Amino acid sequence: MPPVLIIGEVTPDGDAASITGELIAAARPLADGLGVELVAALPGTSSQRAAATAITLGADKAYAVEDPFLDDPSAFDAHVAAAQKLCQEIGPSIVLFGRTITGRDVAPRLAFRLGTCAANDCVEVKLDSDQRLAALRPVFGGSALAWVRCLGDVAVVTVRAKAYEPLEADATRKGEVVNFSPGLGRDAVKSRLVERVKEDQTQGLRLEDARIVVSGGRGLGGPDPFVHLEEIAKLLGGAVGASRAACDAGWVPATLQVGLTGKTVTPDLYLTVGISGASQHMAGCAASKNIVSINKDGDANIFKEARFGAVGDWKNILPAFIEQLQELVK
Amino acid sequence: MPLNIIVAAKQVLDPEMPASAFKVDRDAKKIMPPQGIPPVVNGFDENAVEAALQLREIHEGKVTVLTMGAEFALDVIKKPLSMGADELILLQDPAFINTPDSFFTATVLAAAIKKIGEYDLIICGRQASDWDSSQVSLGIAEMLGLPVITLGRKIEVGDGKVLVQRVLTDGYEVMEASLPAVVTVSNEFGEPRYPTLRGIMQATRKMPTTWTSADLGVEIPAPQLELSDLFVPERDRQCEYIEGSDEAAIGRNLALKLREAKLI
Repeated sequence: MPPVLIIGEVTPDGDAASITGELIAAARPLADGLGVELVAALPGTSSQRAAATAITLGADKAYAVEDPFLDDPSAFDAHVAAAQKLCQEIGPSIVLFGRTITGRDVAPRLAFRLGTCAANDCVEVKLDSDQRLAALRPVFGGSALAWVRCLGDVAVVTVRAKAYEPLEADATRKGEVVNFSPGLGRDAVKSRLVERVKEDQTQGLRLEDARIVVSGGRGLGGPDPFVHLEEIAKLLGGAVGASRAACDAGWVPATLQVGLTGKTVTPDLYLTVGISGASQHMAGCAASKNIVSINKDGDANIFKEARFGAVGDWKNILPAFIEQLQELVK
Repeated sequence: MPLNIIVAAKQVLDPEMPASAFKVDRDAKKIMPPQGIPPVVNGFDENAVEAALQLREIHEGKVTVLTMGAEFALDVIKKPLSMGADELILLQDPAFINTPDSFFTATVLAAAIKKIGEYDLIICGRQASDWDSSQVSLGIAEMLGLPVITLGRKIEVGDGKVLVQRVLTDGYEVMEASLPAVVTVSNEFGEPRYPTLRGIMQATRKMPTTWTSADLGVEIPAPQLELSDLFVPERDRQCEYIEGSDEAAIGRNLALKLREAKLI
């Protein structure tokens, strides 16, 4: 019986990255529904430990896919070739990847090599009554949701990070760990990484990890008002984000962009100032626990998602808001 | 060395349309065309046209724009010509429907690129703002056996190679591949130029080439992805608007409310 395969990821330290557990959680009901094995693959240079972890997280069998060419998340050509070799070996009916730096390039390319295409950036996967894989994806910048059915011989899907909670690890679970060497050659690699440059100037707290995010948009009118947002973030121990409009205008660095093509944040409090809430922006913040918005247009889309709203000119609202905050957090 | 550059561009519904104009016909599994809001060239594809034009300014050569669809708003889809592209090829056929099945789309585009024959670089937008699949470019590369580098924010060509700065969440990385290659670009590439009056005049005179399914001799592949439902998600949050005697009072009350709700 063709198994269900998840392609997990290995951290630089050799651990299973969190997406691995999320993918196993997404795939477990699929494998059980089909009555087949759930196989996890962990590609890297040293992935034995991560493969063993995959068993404790719910996989029936785990492949430590090791090759010197799999030494970087951006070694896409090698990752595609390794996944292709593994698929030839085990013939899966379903392959799940994470919608990560690696998955977004690798999964579709594997799919095309297998004569199909991928269902990308899915937030839910299930089996239809005819046992075909169906996947739920945000489309039109998040304005709509689409169920797509995979009709090819093999279904390839990328699952959005944090769409699934990992199952509880169970150290007593038993499963075979298989060493698999794809034996990649230089001919598998067509593009080469020349250098990597870190530009994120944020000190300390990462936007993605912050429990409070203060984001500004087009309505701020320029780069200067972001100092108020930084002040709020500092007072509350949060991080500053921005809409694409503010980044494209050059008011703040592109690394602060929250949205469909930027970062996805899920803080406890997402405070927006001068952001209208276009679906492309909401795609990056809609899963926040509480959205609170300051915007001059009371009919703006952002208020459809907000728990609390303040309608008015930020120039008048913010100084008083900050003054009150200072008093509260003193 | 003059560069032959092909840009793949798509006509899409205007993603900037007001949320109130966005309506889904769930039975037909289609977005209802908004009244009085014309379609646009996909934003990231305009970034791709801009990238191609900048490279042509440095290296000379030719920029050919390729687009696929069942029907076009000609004044919209000619925008790349008015920006300065040399040629526009419409892959137009009733069979060329707008589908989330990227295997189909990539098959047709790859066939058209083969028919064009001579090319050094194929530039695409990172994704189309309708289906957001971000994989047709990868499919073209795989079908033509070409290297592909995604999410470019800067492209340089020299010595038969392309160097691309790729957008990362905390910076960028530079990747290199031999030509011919496929590159996708993101909005970080920078604003696409506005068509000049002269460009618009020239574009009016230029007629696009049209190729049908028969012209491409392409066999329509078996469907791989089928749309089974399309709907607008329910929004169940009720926004509580903060009140106050003036805007400063609203600001103070907002802070107090956040404390009351234990959010700060």
